[in-house]
Amino acid sequence: MTITERTPNSFRNQPDERGHFGQFGGRYVAETLMPLVLDLEREYRAAQQDPSFAAQFDDLLEHYVGRPSPLYYAERLTEEVRKDAPAGKGAQIWFKRDELNHTGAHKINNCVGQILLAIRMGKTRIIAETGAGQHGVATATVCARFGLPCFIYMGAKDIERQQPNVFRMRLLGAEIIPVTSGAGTLKDAMNEGLRDWVANVHDTFYIIGTAAGPHPYPELVRDFQSVIGKEARAQMLSRINRLPDLLVACIGGGSNALGLFHPFLDDKDVAMLGVEAAGHGLDAEHAASLAGGRPGILHGNKTYLLQDADGQIAEAHSISAGLDYPGIGPEHSWLKEIGRVRYDSVTDTDALAAFQLLCRTEGIIPALEPAHAIAAVEREAKKMDRDQIILANLCGRGDKDIFTVAEALGTKI
Amino acid sequence: MTRLSIAFAKPHPALVAFITAGDGDTAANLDALVAGGADVIELGMPFTDPMADGPVIQEANIRSLNAGTTTADIFALASAFRTRHPDTPLVLMGYANPMTIRGGDWFASECNKAGVDGVICVDIPPEEDPELGPALRSAGIDLIRLATPTTDAARLPTVLNGASGFLYYVSVAGITGLQVAAQTSIDEAVARLKAHTDLPIAVGFGVRTPEQAANIARVADGVVVGSAIVELVAQHGANAAVPVRDYVASLKQSIVAARKV
Repeated sequence: MTITERTPNSFRNQPDERGHFGQFGGRYVAETLMPLVLDLEREYRAAQQDPSFAAQFDDLLEHYVGRPSPLYYAERLTEEVRKDAPAGKGAQIWFKRDELNHTGAHKINNCVGQILLAIRMGKTRIIAETGAGQHGVATATVCARFGLPCFIYMGAKDIERQQPNVFRMRLLGAEIIPVTSGAGTLKDAMNEGLRDWVANVHDTFYIIGTAAGPHPYPELVRDFQSVIGKEARAQMLSRINRLPDLLVACIGGGSNALGLFHPFLDDKDVAMLGVEAAGHGLDAEHAASLAGGRPGILHGNKTYLLQDADGQIAEAHSISAGLDYPGIGPEHSWLKEIGRVRYDSVTDTDALAAFQLLCRTEGIIPALEPAHAIAAVEREAKKMDRDQIILANLCGRGDKDIFTVAEALGTKI
Repeated sequence: MTRLSIAFAKPHPALVAFITAGDGDTAANLDALVAGGADVIELGMPFTDPMADGPVIQEANIRSLNAGTTTADIFALASAFRTRHPDTPLVLMGYANPMTIRGGDWFASECNKAGVDGVICVDIPPEEDPELGPALRSAGIDLIRLATPTTDAARLPTVLNGASGFLYYVSVAGITGLQVAAQTSIDEAVARLKAHTDLPIAVGFGVRTPEQAANIARVADGVVVGSAIVELVAQHGANAAVPVRDYVASLKQSIVAARKV
């Protein structure tokens, strides 16, 4: 972990001192939470200046999480994609293997950082929201590791469709609190997490799972996740002595994408593509906030949201519970508006096909979230020359998704 | 003098009564609040994600939105209320997104046209004031800020800067309708706030009995009651006006009596 550099004309010196990324971000919270959010910012600034904090974070990432994660050239996938590509086309496809982390996804990077902050602040109770359960599992994991009580808010509907993760969290000692308000999914779990926090400000730390929420969460989650891009950049240079031409990552809230992108933002020749979940299609139910939403205010920040003309928030849909959220981290909204990152979307159907393709060609079962990125990688690779390089973040493994995939493929297991 | 300042200049503390717009027969319920003696009306704007509200007001929001309530409907309710009740102050309370989605200027101008006196926005703290504050102030609408048990003396001037109408003291760190603060903590908080501002102090969150209202009325300039009224609307549906009026009247009587003691 390092301090964000404050250099002029850089894409990497956001947010401003008020927590704004251009017009996005900010601290739109109830007054009860405001002093706490300011405290958290002070404590995070102090931690950034404290070498022992960085040392502890780095040590846990290495010996507990298993970092650095490998950088892998997906040779067979590259060959497979070239079969359908025009002559001379078909870029090399590389993966940052964050699915090999302890707990099976990038989520743990952030949880390690936040629990160290919680301990620093003297908080004795941890809460979190979860959709698919990956962030819940990662939070329950670090709580077990540090012996702190853990309460996970999870939509009742998500509890039903993510039983294995619910059991994992319980094994790890977490208490799962079912949320029945609203549609009973991630957005409602986040509302309930905020309600808990506001009632327990004196002892509770809220570990937010993505680069969203009130400042400083989007910044600190990004910083903790930036280990992905820092490693990848160094690994690329040491393996092939050049940077990739294109970075690709899937986006729900967008923490794995920011983690990969942020360290490359000032590398002018590196293009970036964020992939939202198009669900049943952009003209039907989906979760693509940038493609189908407008700027608005929810859950502590201003960002692109799926909403109606009156600002009522819409329900999102994606086959991937981890992308099933009607908002997106505010830094992505900013990166879209300034044009530094391009954003596209992939449907449930295309993500499922990419999921199977990676299983067959590389012997890697990806999570449904990065399966969206892989589908976009296929599309992009066919447009690029053979000597060009795409680096995609394989941010989670698919063990958790085998039931969902089986059902979608009409198979009983 | 504004309608709000007149309401707080009465010889007794103000009863501030909340209902959710579009939940039940809102026009009839608003009339019932006035008939029962409410001095200030807070009209809640329903939102899909009411993060600061407990189950009672969450459900009212869902009932209202399921019934198809739009922002235009809420301003129509407010306008009609203003015609029927020229003197009773009306405050809109809600969340940032529905208030700012068409721009702060649009919202402030609609408030002005509808005869709305003030706005309480739960999730725009002073740090994000530019989102709505300047627009409201230039339209002559009071921006009512919230102070809470976590707002310490160092922070209070930030909260008061740009605040007008009254100061809403949220007496518990928590969500609406659930807990009740200890009276001693309310007494202390009101004294602390009064040392910093001349704005009237209204105290809310968890107030439901006439006795609680009376205790608060002994120290504060206003008592806010919300969830308990919304529960009556939930219970009686389209026929809530009479029970709402009677309940509000019981609170009012107790508040008026409290100051005479």
